[in-house]
Amino acid sequence: MTALFTDRPGGRTSVRLRRFAGALGRFLGAVVLTYLGLLAVTFFIGRVIPIDPVLAIVGDRAPEHVIQRVREELGLNLPLWKQFVIYLGKVLQGDFGTSVLSSNPVMQDIRRVFPATLELATLGTVIGAGIGIPLGVWAAVRRGGIADQLVRVMALIGYSVPIFWLGLMALVVFYARLGWVGGPGRIDVVYEYTVTPWSGIMLLDTAIAGEWEAFANALSHLILPASLLGYFSMAYISRMTRSFMLNELAQEYIVTARAKGLSESRIIWRHALRNAAVPLVTVVALSYAGLLEGSVLTETVFAWPGLGLYITNSLQNADMNAVLGGTIVVGSVFIGLNLLSDLLYRTLDPRTRAR
Amino acid sequence: MSILLDVQNLKVAFPNRDGDYVEAVRGVSFALGRERLGIVGESGSGKSQTGRAILGLTAPQARVSADRLTFDGIDLLKASPAERRALRGARIGMVLQDPKYSLNPVMNVGNQIVEALQAHRKVGDREAREQALAMLAAVQIDRPARVFDLYPHEVSGGMGQRVMIAMMLIAEPDLLIADEPTSALDVTVQLQVLSILDRLVAERGMGLIFISHDLRLVSSFCDRVLVMYAGRVVEEIAAADLGAAQHAYTRGLLSCLPRLGEHRHPLPVLSRDPEWAR
Amino acid sequence: MTEIVRTETSLRAWLMSDRPQSRRQASLGRLYAGWRTFARNRLAIVGLAIIVALVLVAIFADALAPYSPYQGDLTRTRLLPPSAAHWLGTDDQGRDILSRIIHGSRITLLVVVLVAILAAPIGLLVGTVAGYAGGWIDAALMRVTDIFLAFPRLILALAFVAALGPGIENAVIAIALTSWPPYARIARAETLTVRRADYIAAVELMGASSWRIVFRHIMPLCLASVIVRVTLDMAGIILTAAGLGFLGLGAQPPMPEWGALISNGRLYVLDQWWVAAAPGAAIFIVSLAFNLLGDGLRDALDPKAGS
Ligand SMILES: Nc1ncnc2c1ncn2[C@@H]1O[C@H](COP(=O)(O)OP(=O)(O)O)[C@@H](O)[C@H]1O
Ligand SMILES: [Mg+2]
Repeated sequence: MTALFTDRPGGRTSVRLRRFAGALGRFLGAVVLTYLGLLAVTFFIGRVIPIDPVLAIVGDRAPEHVIQRVREELGLNLPLWKQFVIYLGKVLQGDFGTSVLSSNPVMQDIRRVFPATLELATLGTVIGAGIGIPLGVWAAVRRGGIADQLVRVMALIGYSVPIFWLGLMALVVFYARLGWVGGPGRIDVVYEYTVTPWSGIMLLDTAIAGEWEAFANALSHLILPASLLGYFSMAYISRMTRSFMLNELAQEYIVTARAKGLSESRIIWRHALRNAAVPLVTVVALSYAGLLEGSVLTETVFAWPGLGLYITNSLQNADMNAVLGGTIVVGSVFIGLNLLSDLLYRTLDPRTRAR
Repeated sequence: MSILLDVQNLKVAFPNRDGDYVEAVRGVSFALGRERLGIVGESGSGKSQTGRAILGLTAPQARVSADRLTFDGIDLLKASPAERRALRGARIGMVLQDPKYSLNPVMNVGNQIVEALQAHRKVGDREAREQALAMLAAVQIDRPARVFDLYPHEVSGGMGQRVMIAMMLIAEPDLLIADEPTSALDVTVQLQVLSILDRLVAERGMGLIFISHDLRLVSSFCDRVLVMYAGRVVEEIAAADLGAAQHAYTRGLLSCLPRLGEHRHPLPVLSRDPEWAR
Repeated sequence: MTEIVRTETSLRAWLMSDRPQSRRQASLGRLYAGWRTFARNRLAIVGLAIIVALVLVAIFADALAPYSPYQGDLTRTRLLPPSAAHWLGTDDQGRDILSRIIHGSRITLLVVVLVAILAAPIGLLVGTVAGYAGGWIDAALMRVTDIFLAFPRLILALAFVAALGPGIENAVIAIALTSWPPYARIARAETLTVRRADYIAAVELMGASSWRIVFRHIMPLCLASVIVRVTLDMAGIILTAAGLGFLGLGAQPPMPEWGALISNGRLYVLDQWWVAAAPGAAIFIVSLAFNLLGDGLRDALDPKAGS
């Protein structure tokens, strides 16, 4: 971020800053609108549920005046827009109501399960970007070579295979048959209570506690679902990297770099990839967001106690507050990642800093 | 005068969709000392491909052949990729047409110059920066320290091209290939850039290959002119003798040059003879 | 014999003519040229063949399936591994898995077709109206589109199904509701490129109403790109539907929907892996076919778009 505001000689900084602030303001406006839209959709979905929330509380044999009183308590007699404003106020304070299933505030439940998803999706993205970007670069540099074919095939499979099925088959092979990895869940039951859930991120907590046996166990549970998500992320990232790199390598500035006598590796990594990184940031952010979504199915397969499993469990038990709360959190993360990738985009590309 | 670059029967061929090779450069020969050679010809006549073949920047799918291609006694056809890379930028430089596209948009121009120097000389960062600033001053940029930190989109076309020249001259090459260095610039800026190029080439005693489609520019700027048509050299002539050009194509190009105060209607059109391309 | 050859070559000449005599000849010629590009792409042809096979299997499911998809013999054929009698084995109810997959192809096709005919028109309408009207209508419609695009698709579909209740119809509605935004984007972009064209101005001068212009003159032009995009999305639609089925929110038992079959097989997967393996492979093959077909169509209709 600091690079944005460094003072360049010439006194143009204030103009640049103002333009940047203007662009950022417009963008933030769009973010706020999108967020309102998100809440409007969840509000609307909450309103059209066939289950009458009043009857859910009082039962269907309650006398008329009781029903009436509960209606008023829930604010259901107010005009729709007032209900929406109240809803907005609550959501913005992090009040998603109470979960029928756990009888806890939904926010409290989500706080408990979110780190597990974060751990899974983050490791997945690290795997996906860590392998996908070099692979995509390689595919672009040696067009038609092994890496290029690999990227093509992986992308095709990634877009065609059901993630939950691949997860099940991976469990059969790597857990049941080969015994290489830990099975479903985050950690074996024996270790379950040996570490305090300080951050909720298992690898971190076990490492801080110095429980290396538990750490290894947690890693053996994490590696398979994370690799699964990593595969999908890698399929997408490598394909996009390849296409961005092909585009950059065909530019004139690459000819200039060659004419200067730079080494091929410098041309590829410092010139072409540095330019491709500008759109790649968005791709990696999108893929990270996509993994949060993919975690709904993956967590179900691997009994991974994260947000995805929380949402599906709530769904199967018609726990609407929990479902909508989870939806809002995932949507917020999506919007947040969009915001972050836009900021990174602006710092990486000097041309957008001025505009 | 000693020969710096010797090109005999240079051919560059690209594969088409059916796998047959189509020659873009069809047997170009010339020799060059520390002088200024102009190459003119219409668009697509193979000027750029000739220049790029000398630098070893021909696209990998293309086929390059020549009876002789030597630079300062080095056989370029036998040189390894690493040896050719060591020549590029250090002993042969190239200025491309449009600074808007030929500078890396996400690296500041100063570092692009420093990088060109450090690719060939063991120079510390501070020393390299000093040299780059001096080079920027040499291409008549007023406040080098300020321009050093700018990104390509923040400089004008004329300044961009001066940066490009600074970048290609900083390692002090013996030969500079300038491929339409002013075609993308405004007319007034063209002259400034040309005079800077002119002075630096003279001061440093370099050889220059000046590629252009503008015969008048080439004739006023160079000692000798090659006229290319459809991948071949159709005429080689001293700039001073252009008026006595033999080839019909060269004369055609000359007669297309407008002169002040002359009223011409209809405008002359270059007529082509399929014989020339044989 | 020579007769046929001659008419064939003259037909090709007629189709490939660069001076078509009629509008029909021109459009047939264009189709033929597109087909030739498409047919050169072998993988796309494989994709097309698989989809044709899928349609045939769905039509003749009753004749092709060796056993009933709903009735099994609990006492004798429970969880049998693949064998000559049951090529893909049997499930926990003793039902033949191959027969269930064959019948499940109908559900897959139905979902794909229904989502396409629900979502494509919505996207087409929103996009063309936004692009043609411009101004605040455009701004408002595109903002709505962006909001939907900003949502994680599966999660949004889950929330819709949660509200509407589980079931295959609601799954279709939920997927359609989350599928249209990209089509709207594409249709709008296409509309913007043709909106200022002379022939649109000519129709405007003739006093055609805005609706007529949008429906008769702009929508047909946007159709091709939207169709390509829908084809490319089919795999995604199939995967989302299967995902909903897997979570128990799509087709309900005893319907042999492929995602639900995997969900059912999940309980036995560590020992009787084939119960879950076969339906997943079916989903994979069909999704792959749609992806190959979509890539081929895109390259044939718009050579620029390929990467
Ligand atoms: N990458 C390429 N593939 C195929 N043909 C090429 C390629 N690059 C250049 N050519 C052909 O080489 C010929 C000469 O090009 P060029 O040297 O750039 O012309 P000039 O610089 O004189 O305008 C052109 O006719 C062009 O068709
Ligand atoms: Mg050229």
